[in-house]
Amino acid sequence: MKILYFAWVREAVGCDEETVALPAEIDTVGALLDWLADRSPAHAAALADRDRIRVAVNEDFARPDRPVTDRDEVAIFPPLTGGGAHS
Amino acid sequence: MTVRVQAEPFDPAAELAAFTEGLGDVGAIAQFVGLVRSGPDGVTALTLEHWPEVTDRKLADIETEARTRFDLAGSLIVHRYGRMQPGEPIVLVAAASAHRQAAFDGCAFMVDWLKTKAPFWKREETAAGAQWVEARRTDDEAADRWNAPAGSGSP
Repeated sequence: MKILYFAWVREAVGCDEETVALPAEIDTVGALLDWLADRSPAHAAALADRDRIRVAVNEDFARPDRPVTDRDEVAIFPPLTGGGAHS
Repeated sequence: MTVRVQAEPFDPAAELAAFTEGLGDVGAIAQFVGLVRSGPDGVTALTLEHWPEVTDRKLADIETEARTRFDLAGSLIVHRYGRMQPGEPIVLVAAASAHRQAAFDGCAFMVDWLKTKAPFWKREETAAGAQWVEARRTDDEAADRWNAPAGSGSP
């Protein structure tokens, strides 16, 4: 599975993408985040606060119960902050 | 309908003139320009990161949704990424229609959805260093006031 990281999640993990071999029992977005958090202290720190984490599966925004397989591309990023002035 | 994502600065007046030229018989154009603001924290520069493979499509989806919901004769979204200075335009949104209410609503709708559905992330630089901008609950509420259909919630 290919994983993409953006913004401070990318900085916290320390890379903008990585390829992982997903165990068959990891079959949802939520389980994937738990599993990724165990990969390194940097992953754990980046993924610690799930309220500040958003996920897309194959370029579509996805909720924690969305099923995933090893063939999916998953992007992990903070809530979006585009548009004009924010305050 | 036009969507453009670019690193280069743009001139909102020139963009609006070109947009207007391409329209047929419309009675109203509403436009929104978002600017980099120095604000109380003294922001000296803003960097917008985006997801190049996805940004164009998400903006096009927002534009299509606006045209479906409102009676728009034309629409335009120009959004920058990369590093920019206070006072520079970040985004231009314009909506054209026969009448003013559809133009106002179409423009506001696109601006609200942009903030919560387009894959952009802001990083601000101040004298104290650089910091990623946190999303605001009020942005979600602004997007939700258009009553998004079930399943299309903000990411």
